[in-house]
Amino acid sequence: MSYRKILSTAVAAGALLLAAQAHAEPQVEVLHWWTSGGEAKAVKALKEEFEANGGTWVDSPIAGGGGDAAMTALRARAMAGNPPTAAQVKGPSIQEWAEEGLLGDLTGVAKAEDWAKVLPPLLQDVMKYKGRYVAVPVNIHRVDWIWANPAVLAKVGVTAVPKTWAEFNRVADKLKAAGITPLAHGGQPWQDATVFEVALLGVGGADFYQKTMVDLDDAALRSATMVKVFDQMRKLRGYVDPNFPGRDWNLATAMVMNGEAAFQIMGDWAKGEFLAAGKVPGKDFLCAPAPGGSYLLNTDSFIMFDVKGKDALAGQRLMAKLILAPKFQETFNLYKGSIPARLGMDMSKFDVCAQRSSSDLVATIKAGTLRPSMAHKMAVPDRVVGAITDVVTAHFNSDLSSRAAATRLADSVAAAK
Amino acid sequence: MPAIFKWLDRQIPKIAIAPSFAAALLFVYGFIAWTGYISLTTSRMFPRYDFEGLHQYERLFTNPRWMVALENLAVFGGLFILFCLLVGIVLAILLDQHIRAEGAIRTIILYPMALSFIVTGTAWKWILNPGLGIERVVQSWGFENFAFDWLVNPETAIYTVVIAGVWQSSGFVMALFLAGIRGFDQEIVKAAYMDGASLTRIYLSIILPSLRAVFLSAIVVLAHLAIKSFDLVIALTGGGPGYATDLPATFMYTMAFQRSELGNAAASAVIMLMTVMAIIVPYLYSELRKKGHG
Repeated sequence: MSYRKILSTAVAAGALLLAAQAHAEPQVEVLHWWTSGGEAKAVKALKEEFEANGGTWVDSPIAGGGGDAAMTALRARAMAGNPPTAAQVKGPSIQEWAEEGLLGDLTGVAKAEDWAKVLPPLLQDVMKYKGRYVAVPVNIHRVDWIWANPAVLAKVGVTAVPKTWAEFNRVADKLKAAGITPLAHGGQPWQDATVFEVALLGVGGADFYQKTMVDLDDAALRSATMVKVFDQMRKLRGYVDPNFPGRDWNLATAMVMNGEAAFQIMGDWAKGEFLAAGKVPGKDFLCAPAPGGSYLLNTDSFIMFDVKGKDALAGQRLMAKLILAPKFQETFNLYKGSIPARLGMDMSKFDVCAQRSSSDLVATIKAGTLRPSMAHKMAVPDRVVGAITDVVTAHFNSDLSSRAAATRLADSVAAAK
Repeated sequence: MPAIFKWLDRQIPKIAIAPSFAAALLFVYGFIAWTGYISLTTSRMFPRYDFEGLHQYERLFTNPRWMVALENLAVFGGLFILFCLLVGIVLAILLDQHIRAEGAIRTIILYPMALSFIVTGTAWKWILNPGLGIERVVQSWGFENFAFDWLVNPETAIYTVVIAGVWQSSGFVMALFLAGIRGFDQEIVKAAYMDGASLTRIYLSIILPSLRAVFLSAIVVLAHLAIKSFDLVIALTGGGPGYATDLPATFMYTMAFQRSELGNAAASAVIMLMTVMAIIVPYLYSELRKKGHG
């Protein structure tokens, strides 16, 4: 408390001094965990763009633990009253940070840049706290993809990715009979949860998904439909190879690439693996939306802290403006393998999978079936995601009955809410 | 003047020790108390100082994952201590036979200790992986039906953690016991020989029973290694399959740093502290009492 006060007074005093100068020099310190491969390239593009516009960019990358290390550092800095200007935070966590009264206000930029028009409504809700923008989205990943190796499918006379789970099960049984692993999967809890939400979407539909994974409706979590979802998970468990526990997702992708397995259920970051290996979408590998006629959305975003000082505020405004500018949206998302968070962009430079993702996004917004991904922390707070994941992974790795799993799911969610 | 110097002379040890004492008081005991308090609040992403009673403990003990973690701690801790002692003592006795190249062998056995648990865990992950390690090698020798899939089987995965842990720590136990055995009065051993006692008998009935202090130190060190085990599990199984090999330490990490459940994590930390205390306090008590007599 006192630290924060002293610091903010110091910063405010500094701001007064700077205010004497004629205009502000945009400056940001950005805390993020994009440290590898395409992600690092993508963030570098943002840095260069920012500097080209006359700003100073202080990079604070914190690698490790899929963002856990970065979150821990960010929490410590925020508690010490010394937050960075912007930090990579996503989903409902944005609301939790805003509730602590730590975030700034981007409404001015949002109005000037007409975010209300260019952002999907679902994303607008995630980025806003009590009506004011506190964060800016960078990209859109789609989670509910099925990746397939057409050469492997051809061995059992199948030419297209199945459109329903019943059809998927039929094809998988055929593959299994032919001695091919139907599903490449890595047995890590978040991967189990990814497959679970995709299965749930296909079995229960978009409304059921909304009720269970977003609204956390107790009756729906215990319902017969949920039991069916767990039945499908049990089926899928039979389609993975015995060595799946602990495997990283990209190794599972490699199995599909090398023809050791037919399918993988994973978000579109898997595409980067195929492309990096020189595979051509539509020819060497297939991408198809999973059953359900919906769209599970995952978005990376930056929250903007409530900072003092003209330079920092100018930096935030510039950064927010640049991030959603069409030019940067294209460069960044080509590197990252996602699609622009901005609607109505020219998609001609993107590959067919990204184009499909973009057109499906527009279609599902219109149909009202666009949904936030639970497994990727877009729908409910981290603690609820954890509670759901625990049950899903316990069921997937034991012989727990579907009925018991549904009951345990509802109980765990109630305890975590 | 001289009086001040005299006074200073007497006080200097206290003054010198004061900063580290104050630091320990604040950073160890202060934060233990703070953690205890946080465990009684509704804290989630940030510490919140609202008193809520024992609700977090209730949540903890109705969480199936925590119960699995406790069960695993009992299985892992028990077997880890038992096998480390067994292997360590047997190795120490074998090395005590004044064999050739004892120094080299001792170093080789002690070397796993120099590795971090992360390295041990990663190496054993590959050794125990059915598709890469032992199972595959033995199958490639022609034993097609050989199966050793403990690592990927939720029922048995916790035992692989025991294997890797024992491999790493039994050398340390051996060193402790070797020192104890070497410090044993050879006259007594010779006397026992004269009386016709066999070598086994000498070790079992005379030497080992006299090494009570070594047993105690070994058990205390091994017990706290077991309770705070974290890196080994993370590297070897990642807590999986599912959460089948979760331990209290990994549970606490997950809650505090991945799920923004500070209150719940603090509650689990307090339970861990109490488990350690249950082992250390009786030990300290008996040790201190002995000193009081001596």
